[in-house]
Amino acid sequence: MSSVGLKTTSWPAWPLLAGLLLASGLALAVGVAVGSTGWALDWSGADPMQAQILWQIRLPRSVGAWAAGALLGLSGAITQGLFRNPLADPYLLGSAAGARLGVALSLAVLGGTPMGMQWMERLGLTGAAFLGTLAGVSLALAMAKGVEHSLRLLLAGVVVGVVLGAVTDLITLAQPDILRTMQAFVLGTTSFLGWPSIVLMGGVLLLSLAVALAASEALDALTLGEATAQSLGVRLGLVRVLLIGAFALATGTAVAQTGMIAFVGLVAPHLVRNLCHGSHRQLLLLSACAGGLLLLTADILSRWLMAPQELPVGVITAILGGGYLLRLMHKRKYGGRS
Amino acid sequence: MSSNAGAALSCQELSASLQGQPVLHRLTLELAPGRWTAIVGPNGAGKSTLLRALAGLIPSLGRVELLGRPLHDWPRKARARSLAWLGQNEGSGDELSAQDVVMLGRLPHRAWLAPPSSADHAAVRQAMEQTQCWDWRARPLGQLSGGERQRVLLARALAVQAQVVLMDEPLAHLDPPHQADWLQLVRGLAQAGVAVVSVLHELNMALQADGLVIMQAGRVLCHGAPAQAETRRALQQVFDERLHLLELEGQWLALPAAPTPRAPAFSNVVPLKQKAD
Repeated sequence: MSSVGLKTTSWPAWPLLAGLLLASGLALAVGVAVGSTGWALDWSGADPMQAQILWQIRLPRSVGAWAAGALLGLSGAITQGLFRNPLADPYLLGSAAGARLGVALSLAVLGGTPMGMQWMERLGLTGAAFLGTLAGVSLALAMAKGVEHSLRLLLAGVVVGVVLGAVTDLITLAQPDILRTMQAFVLGTTSFLGWPSIVLMGGVLLLSLAVALAASEALDALTLGEATAQSLGVRLGLVRVLLIGAFALATGTAVAQTGMIAFVGLVAPHLVRNLCHGSHRQLLLLSACAGGLLLLTADILSRWLMAPQELPVGVITAILGGGYLLRLMHKRKYGGRS
Repeated sequence: MSSNAGAALSCQELSASLQGQPVLHRLTLELAPGRWTAIVGPNGAGKSTLLRALAGLIPSLGRVELLGRPLHDWPRKARARSLAWLGQNEGSGDELSAQDVVMLGRLPHRAWLAPPSSADHAAVRQAMEQTQCWDWRARPLGQLSGGERQRVLLARALAVQAQVVLMDEPLAHLDPPHQADWLQLVRGLAQAGVAVVSVLHELNMALQADGLVIMQAGRVLCHGAPAQAETRRALQQVFDERLHLLELEGQWLALPAAPTPRAPAFSNVVPLKQKAD
């Protein structure tokens, strides 16, 4: 019912995907060109300093922003499909708070800053964020006694977020040297992204996308309700475990590399669903691409708006995403489901 | 060993609880193939719960057999091919097109992630034509009216091409012409040997079924044809003697009746229970 009365221009899915990829490519070129001194693009490689900036700073940062956004967009599409709730943002289910706790714990125990991080440390941080995400979501699910009641689930997510946030704050207080790093995590930043992060995020993106696509038929069946999905032979338990795992891995990896970037996971699937009505196979792919494009655009804006100063990218996504959701709220009245 | 090899769906000593409250009490029932059975009874009698337990969708005690084989012995997909389910007020795939929704009914027939075969497409088209929703197959479910959506969901259940079809309130939102179409459809299914079981609130529709299962307080009071006087007596009993049952052109009709002036000393309608979703 919720989409009745909504404008119904529906794009075919595959051209839309091609369009999003093309736009991402263009944004990537812009992202490489925009620097702290305005537009500067010199591919000749004549100036080694310039080449260094291009290849070691701007390109990984732009590609990384896209990958992190894609991970968040994909997590959003998975959670909204799995919990059949348009508000099931990866951040509203206790997952981000869990990831943040994981990061704080690993920083407090292992030390280190994201800038100087080597492979093993990065993997460790990502692993800690993944476990934290899993713990946060499991806690929220346990408190909500399953996924059936959307409101209870969202409330449980909020409670878990507050409690885990308090624990994180305690750890930060006890270990003041991680305060600065944690600050960057809370705001969300793309400035520390290097090639190791990209390899890690790319691998996780492929893995979680594969799992999600493998379960996409089950997600389609779930839109008709759990009883119907079960009657169609869907293994609900297995699908839930796999998808929560994929979603926790994607969210945890994105948070470990870029911090708490708000709203991308919530907005990307909404944006896609407004543009195109399709099955989950298409929705998942499109949401990942839209998330990547969103975060990359936000990253470019963060570098460009107040150059040479830089805004935290999380602030930009929060403003963009919040504004978009506000517009959506005015446009359509939400029923229980969408 | 099976005591009721001829039954399409049967249960013995079936008990089920919802949130700790016992709803079904050691129920025994046998549903023959090629027949349409309507489950009727007052609110809270356990009709939907019985249907869910028969479909294996909720945990239950006792024995349920599908086509002579215990329900839990069936491989998941084979069971999904043999038993189709149409629930009420479940989720609604608003983003999916009507045709995509009906194609979900072919899921048990397809290998994992395999594209739909021509047989699948044919079954989907046939089901959608049967419920007259083929013309707007490309429209998303979210843009359809309640009745149109119900016809798509019905087509989804038909597309499974199962031997046993269970429907909970399938007439919700359907207007009289489409209710008549549904009746014809169900009779066609029964003629083709399918066992159709539906929970119905509309007694006039239920009275056209081959068999009535009359439930009260989690028990089956009577299972018989509407033409039998005993069945109609049970119907009167569960509805507190508040029905006018009339025979018109060989068809029984039920009209609500005003309370009789002499108030009964006790009511045999169970108090309205919280209906579990």
